[in-house]
Amino acid sequence: MKEREKKKRTKPSVWKDLISAFRYGSYQTRLSFFSLGFGQIARGQVIKGLLYMLTQTVFTLFMIFFGGRYIVHLFSGDLGSKLSGEVWNEELQIFEKVKGDNSFLILLYGVVSIVLIFFYLAVWAANVKGSYENDKRIRAGEKVRTFKEDLRLLANEKFYQPLLSLPFAGLLVFTVMPLVFMVLIAFTNYDYAHMPPGKLFDWVGLSNFKTLFSLSGGTSGFAIVFLRVLLWTFVWAFFATFTNYFLGVIIALLIHKKGIKLKALWRTLFVVAIAVPQFVTLLLMQKILDGDGILNKILGTNILWLADQRNFSLIPRLMIILVNIWIGVPYTLLMSSGILMNIPADYYEAARIDGASAVRIFFNVTMPYMLHITTPYLITQFVGNINNFNVIWLLTGGGPVDNLYYGGGSQAQSTDLLVTWLYRLTTDQNPRYNVASVIGIVIFVISATMALITYNRTSSAKGEDTFQ
Amino acid sequence: MNRSLVKFRRGAGNALTYAVLAVLGILWVLPIGYLIYTAFRTTPSTGIINSLFPDDLRLGFGNFSRLFADTMFLRWLGNTVLVAVCSCALSTLFILMVSYALSRMRFRLRKPIMNVLLVLNMFPGFMSMIAVYFILKAMGLTNSLLALILVYSGSAALSYYICKGFFDTIPRAMEEAAILDGASQPMVFWRIILPLAKPIIVYTVLTSFISPWCDFIFVNTIISDRELYTVSLGLYKMINAEKNSFNDNFTVFCAGAFVVGGIIVTLFMSMQRYYVEGVTSGSVKG
Repeated sequence: MKEREKKKRTKPSVWKDLISAFRYGSYQTRLSFFSLGFGQIARGQVIKGLLYMLTQTVFTLFMIFFGGRYIVHLFSGDLGSKLSGEVWNEELQIFEKVKGDNSFLILLYGVVSIVLIFFYLAVWAANVKGSYENDKRIRAGEKVRTFKEDLRLLANEKFYQPLLSLPFAGLLVFTVMPLVFMVLIAFTNYDYAHMPPGKLFDWVGLSNFKTLFSLSGGTSGFAIVFLRVLLWTFVWAFFATFTNYFLGVIIALLIHKKGIKLKALWRTLFVVAIAVPQFVTLLLMQKILDGDGILNKILGTNILWLADQRNFSLIPRLMIILVNIWIGVPYTLLMSSGILMNIPADYYEAARIDGASAVRIFFNVTMPYMLHITTPYLITQFVGNINNFNVIWLLTGGGPVDNLYYGGGSQAQSTDLLVTWLYRLTTDQNPRYNVASVIGIVIFVISATMALITYNRTSSAKGEDTFQ
Repeated sequence: MNRSLVKFRRGAGNALTYAVLAVLGILWVLPIGYLIYTAFRTTPSTGIINSLFPDDLRLGFGNFSRLFADTMFLRWLGNTVLVAVCSCALSTLFILMVSYALSRMRFRLRKPIMNVLLVLNMFPGFMSMIAVYFILKAMGLTNSLLALILVYSGSAALSYYICKGFFDTIPRAMEEAAILDGASQPMVFWRIILPLAKPIIVYTVLTSFISPWCDFIFVNTIISDRELYTVSLGLYKMINAEKNSFNDNFTVFCAGAFVVGGIIVTLFMSMQRYYVEGVTSGSVKG
């Protein structure tokens, strides 16, 4: 309720504020549209004003000497034209080494510069708004806030600003900028044939999307490969999520059954598996399941558990899901044993009085209750499994190689998920960053859709004030 | 139904449950037992056992002395502890700060920020790995532990969700009273919210401390200097570097894994209560 009122009040946007600041503001405010900090200094807020001025100076210098060039590059659609190499110098009669353009750096610095422009715009808007606020205060006969008062405001109503600034700076540098950069790569021809610094790459529009989604066969279209990887990604995510979930709940129920002793010991037996780092257990499993591994020795068989290509690599796929059960069930067990203890005892009592059997109680009382509470958990798990890199990469490495997949230069293998395929495309001998980027965007679209479903399905997003 | 029959049926049911639990328990413990056994095995000195019952059951610490003498494991361990402690402190701080701001304060950009964070979280981390590498390179930071710390904690804010969920459940009345008494927001944060949030802090510390021990992909792209490996990459390389390295180094690998696993198990077991509390309180809501 409070939230909604606030929304109505604060809806007027930054633009409106800025326009009215220019229309109704004093000359100091209007001047600070162009010279940052002027409005503040003119009103005696010297420190604040100087900080704004410093920002403007630094930004201007940066743009003149560094950023501007890359912005121009980016907006003229030119990622460099000069190849590095040797050029004949007529005067000296020798070959001279020339440093050419580096498309990669042009794009990277371009992105950095654009991010900085946005940052600067935010500072600029804050500067104008602050000056306009001073106008208002003076007109109302109040005093302009001193620096001390500003600081006090930052420690109270605006405490969120210092709180969020540092974490968001980290996000900006290590998440946002790289992501923007990689999304842009999807529209270039950055691959093994166009690797800077030796070669240049350039914008190619949507042709990478075409490569991934078209059927044209031969070396140009990956549509069939893509669909098969996508299908397996979903099949895997479905089985990985639900096998873990149901087995975890069942084991938790067994442990919590009335009359079972040493509950803590049983739980610990399973939970120990969480504590061993995943890559260790996965490498261990990989070795156990190897062709010369101990499992074949015990069974006296000769099966390539992780590399059998028959029936669309059915055996490796099954093994991956089985190993994943071993890895994942302890987590579900831990989570569900907390919830199971919270199921109101009345439900069970009522079911028992009605003469329901244990199995019916499980399906009609326990599971509905669990599912109701843990739907968001399930969906996040599902998304997590779509992106579950470790299990696949360390067990089969995406393999076995299968001609149907590998054909056409797609480099996909038969147990590849979208993420492992992406990873292979970027780390292979012949990397294709552009196609990898497109796959990344596809993964994003899938995950984002799932996340939206989670959000609409659960009350946790809407009801965040419920407990307060 | 007479009473003894009921008793018998319950007894039989329990026996069956015990049997199932025992079988499953063995299945879960067996690979770990195999790992521990291999770590202490002395014969054959390397490689993996290829018979169900090994001919020779002698145990010893040979693999451990090889681990500490022949490899740079001690150094890797030191690197990992350093990276884990720093990045865990930074990430915990970041997560707490973001959670507090988004849970306890109301401001214009709050909802948009939460939506942006949600969207950012949807991109697979691998996608931007190469770009991260080049940004670090432009900053002159590749091949340094500082880079690892920055990368691990730089994106920490994205996992604020569980912590915020916990903060949301803390009643507002207390801080309102404190603010009426003239407390500033930082004081509310330190004196009221943080003491109440102990379980979720332990949970956050634990998860962010453990992740550098398990990640080897980012380390693999950022660090190429053997001296600067973390344990996970060191161990991974130990058995994945060359074709035969698996069979040559497997026992040593197991010894290293035993050390790492031991550290994490100890941490985990001592904090298990908080971990469960954290998982169930923050992530699951109807």
